[in-house]
Order: sequence, then structure tokens, then C-alpha cells
Amino acid sequence: MEAELAARLVADLAWVRPELLLVGFVLIGTLVGAWGGDRSAGVLSGGAVLVLIIAAALSFGQHPEAPLPVFNGALAIDGYGAFAKGVIGLAAAATLLLGADRFARSNARRFEFPLLVALSAIGMFVMASANDLITLYVGLELQSLAAYVLAAFRRDDARSSEAGLKYFVLGALASGLLLYGASLIYGFTGSVRFDLIAQAAPSGGIGLVFGLVFLICGLAFKLSAAPFHMWTPDVYEGAPTPVTAFFAAAPKLAAVALLARVLLGPFGELTDQWRQVIMALAAFSLVIGAFIALAQTNIKRLMAYSSIHNVGFALMALAAGGAQGASAALVYMTIYLPTTIGIFAGILAMRRDGEDVETIDDLSGLATRKPWLAMLLTALMFSVAGIPPLAGFLGKYVTITAAIGAGLWPLAVIAVVATVVSAGYYLNLIKVMWVNPPAAPLMPTGPTVALTAGAATLLVFPGLVIAFGWITQAATTAALTSFP
Amino acid sequence: MVEAIAFYVLAAVAIASAFAVVSVRNPVHAVLFLILTFFNAAGLFVLLGAEFLAMLLVVVYVGAVAVLFLFVVMMLDVDFVELKQGFLSYAPLGGVVAALILAEMLLVTGAVRTSAAFTDKPAGLPDGITNAERIGRVLYTDYLLHFQLAGLVLFVAMIGAIVLTLRKRTGVKRQDVSAQVGRTRKQAVELKDVRPGQGLG
Repeated sequence: MEAELAARLVADLAWVRPELLLVGFVLIGTLVGAWGGDRSAGVLSGGAVLVLIIAAALSFGQHPEAPLPVFNGALAIDGYGAFAKGVIGLAAAATLLLGADRFARSNARRFEFPLLVALSAIGMFVMASANDLITLYVGLELQSLAAYVLAAFRRDDARSSEAGLKYFVLGALASGLLLYGASLIYGFTGSVRFDLIAQAAPSGGIGLVFGLVFLICGLAFKLSAAPFHMWTPDVYEGAPTPVTAFFAAAPKLAAVALLARVLLGPFGELTDQWRQVIMALAAFSLVIGAFIALAQTNIKRLMAYSSIHNVGFALMALAAGGAQGASAALVYMTIYLPTTIGIFAGILAMRRDGEDVETIDDLSGLATRKPWLAMLLTALMFSVAGIPPLAGFLGKYVTITAAIGAGLWPLAVIAVVATVVSAGYYLNLIKVMWVNPPAAPLMPTGPTVALTAGAATLLVFPGLVIAFGWITQAATTAALTSFP
Repeated sequence: MVEAIAFYVLAAVAIASAFAVVSVRNPVHAVLFLILTFFNAAGLFVLLGAEFLAMLLVVVYVGAVAVLFLFVVMMLDVDFVELKQGFLSYAPLGGVVAALILAEMLLVTGAVRTSAAFTDKPAGLPDGITNAERIGRVLYTDYLLHFQLAGLVLFVAMIGAIVLTLRKRTGVKRQDVSAQVGRTRKQAVELKDVRPGQGLG
């Protein structure tokens, strides 16, 4: 019996190759870093980018016919998770590249940065394929703990320390909510495994719904969905900009994928119960993200509200329910991620006398100082504002169609109105760049930043627009195999 | 009967002391109440027949909290003379906590001994397997992945603690084993020719 068990565990190991690769890299990298000190930061960053890309490629390649539970049901290897993990790996690699470049330029390189990003990525991979409540929590916590440390990474900076502390305290509160919900769900269904919860869910009663609501609240916090968004602007503003870029990209997709997995997997039967909660979260996020962003003067805070607004779209797609909603959310996030990474590359280019500048006024007259960067940023802003024919429009189109398809007309109307309002502040940024008189000159843009911004723009238009059909197809197939 | 009394006493004290943890103003009192809360939770575990978890709770939480308390006392630059003066004022509460813990231990032992319900094994537990062994059997097989992931979480905590606190200061005397061992007599001892009656001017 022992031999059989060992054989099964070894066979399961083959399905977690991306995670194993990352874990192996982190363990070896820690030794290298401990031996070589911060001089090894460059090598480790390069290695981490490479390993993340390989892990993403390996994940894309994992397509079992039906969801395959491994490790006694702890993880499920399926199309949805594979798709999400691939995009997460690439987004984490891109933001790590940007961050390592920035830390190297400002002589603040530390070898722990790539390791923590890789550890956070492991957490996100686990989240994207979690198949029981324990894996869900441990994956989330692995991702968050690394993020708390990254937020406080510039520990001599009061704002960075404050961001780290705030994130940690509020994150602990959200974890508490989530765990309380998980314990209620376990209590009312008798299992932590998603498939067994799904069997017991119809007879779970009101206690199960309470547990589900607490679980959703905890996840909404990690997703920075309103009204659980309070930490986002402060953390985005206080954390070092490369770290903020990382926060704004991959973890959002991981949280959306996890939420989709929880809602459609074990609680697919309870759609009527959770739909109202998700609809409320989506509406709040859409509106708050659009209106409060209008009053911001700091571009990182603005991006924080922008991410809240965009998470609202993904939630709206999830509220539509079913495989169609899940695939729409995945497509939306896949399009949103390169856009936001490109915009953060632009923010990273804003340096004056070796210091980061981050007010919107500092962008004044960017068109005369750096016409290329201004053009790239303008394209990205148009995309995130949802102006056709850029990719951002297609993302919004897919999610709104999904919502209308499920009969959620009021939510779709709110989304359209909020989009128009949010276009106001994106257009204001464009106006500041092109019309306002030039501010003091910025430092020259590094090649990594320029390349990332350029690649992001190419992805936004025409890359993702051309590949749009293929992406929706792949996401729909993936969602259909995972949530039949 | 005894176990019902034991349960209600443990549960009531656990709730009351948990409330006290967040409501008392003195942090030292809060820690004492926290220990009491953990101890009551451990007692509840024993009543459930999960003596291994109970031991774990006492060893990890009560032990860890005591150590944490020590750390706080060491790090917060507390005046030890003042602390010793304060000791007497903490003594009544400490005594109450200790007495409660002792009484509850007796109560739990009595409950476990007298009641047939607690000598029965929990459902699905074959004879001859203690629940520590039972946990060990699933922890490294069915829950292998969770176990390893929890290890990674602790690893992040370790890296994080170092990243956020380790500072490389200059002018600090550190241990350098190879340099210390490699020191020769010539480097360490200097011979002076001292003339009689003059000393080392």
C-alpha cells in the first residue's frame, strides 16, 4: 500500500512541474544570494525571469481532457488554471524585469527581490489551481506574505514601511474573515475539498451561505474590490514603484481566477445566493474606481483606483456566472495585465535627478520631452479607457456582453456609465502629456523600460486585437473543461 | 455529568478571558489572559479526545506566547527595577490565572477518567492507533502538498524577517571564526623588555 501511495505521489509531481521549478529556483537562489550577497541580484533576477517564463510555458502546455485532481484533490490541473498560470507567469516575469532594472539603476538592488517575487508567483500558481479550502488559504497566504514584505521593501522610507504595515494588518483581518468563512463551510458541508463541498452544497442551508459570504469578503479584499479597497491607494502609493507594478498585475489575475474557481466549482449550485454579492461588489468597484480617481493628483493612487475600477469589470463577468462568465473574466484580465504593466513602465520612466516623481503634473509636456514614450502611454491610456479598436475595448465588450447575456442589465448600464467617467481621467492624463507646457526635464529612459512599454503597446494594438479571437476561443474552451 | 460541567466551565472561561485579552489596558495582563484562553481551548480539545492537538496548543501557543512576552520585555527597553516593583501588583492576577488553570486541569482529568464517552475513540479510528499517529499518517500522505506549502510560507516569513530587519552596520565587532582561529601568538602577544625599576612608560 505504501508503494502504491508513493507511486501516486510521484506521478502527481509531474503535474506540478511549473511550481516545482519555481520552488527549486527559490531554494537554490536563496543559497546563491546568501553566499554572494547583493552582487548576485542581477544573476538571480535574470534567472527568476527565465524560470517564470519557462513555468508559464509549462503551464500553458498542461491540458488534460478533464479536470485532474492531484495530491489527493488538493490541486486541480485543468484548462482554466493552466491558462491563468501562463498569463500570471508572464506578467510576473515582465514586472520583475522592470523592477530589477529599476532597483539596479537606483543602486538599491537586493537579492531578495527576485526571490520574493518568485515565492509570490508560487502562491499565485497554487491559487490558480486550488481545489480545496486549505490549498486556497495557503496559496493566498504565500502570495500575500511575500507581497507584504515587498511593500515594505524600502524599509528606510517611512511611506514604504507604512504601506507594508497597513497591507499586513488589513491583510491579516481579511485572512481572518476568509478563515472564518472557510470554517463555516467546512462545518456545514463536512469537507474541505471542492468536489465534496459541491455535492453537499444544495443541503448546506443558511450556514453555508454565511460561510460563502465571509469567504467572498476575504477574497474581495485580496482583489481590492470595493468596499474592501481601502488599503489599495495607500499601499500602491507607498510601496516602491516597481513593487506597485507587480501588485497591479499578476496577483489580480490570480485572485480573479481563484474567485472564479470557488464560485463556479463548489458553489455552482448556489449561483443565486452569491450572484447578488458579486453584483454589489462589481457595482461598487466600478463606480468608486471611476469617481474617486477623478480627484487624484498622484499617478500611483490614480492607478490604484483604476485597478479597482477594472476589477469591477472582471467581477461583473463572474456575476454573469457559468463558463461564459469565467472565460470573459479571464479574457478581460489577460488584456488588462499588459496594459497596466505598460503604463507602470511609463511611470517608472518618470525620474528626475535620480528621484522618482509621481504627481500627474510631472507628466506635463511629456510629448515634447519624450515623444515616443508619450505616444506609447497615450495608446495604453486609450486602451484602458476602452476606446475602439484597441484591445481594452474588446475586453470591456466581452464582459458587458457576458453580463447582458445573463440578464444583468442594470450592472451593464452601471459599467458603461462608469467607463465614460473613467475615460475622463485617462483623457486628462493624455491632455497633460500633450497640451500642458513642459515640466522640468526627466532623466533618460532606460532600455528595459522603453522595451516593456513598447511591447505592451504592441500587445494592446495590434497584438491582442489580432489574437483576440484565439484568446477568447482558448479561454472559453478552458472554462468549459473546468466548469462544465 | 462531570464532562458537561468541564465543557461549560472551559468554554465560559475561554470566552471571558478572550474578551479580557482585548479589553484590559495593561499589555501584561492581556498576555496572561491570552495564555488562559489558549489553555482553555486546549482543555476543550482534550474533551474532544484530541489530546495531541491539545498538547500542541499548549506547547506552541503557550510556549511561544511566553517567549514572545520575554522578547517584548527585552526589546522595549523596560526598566527592570520598575518591572520588579510591578511584579507584586501582577501577582494577584497571575495567581488567579494559575489557580484557574490548575482547577481546570483537575476537572478535565476527572472528566476524562469518569466518563465512558471520552474513553471511546472518535469515529473511524481503529483500535491501537493514537491520534498523534493518525495525524502523522495523513499529514505526510493525503496532506503532503499542504504540508510542503506551509513550509514555503514559513520560508517567506524567514526571508521577510531578514529583509526587513537585517542592517549591515559598520564598526560592529562580529565573530570571524577563521580570523580568530588563525591568529598567531605573534599577533596576539607583544613582548616588551621591561627594565628594572622603570615600568612600561
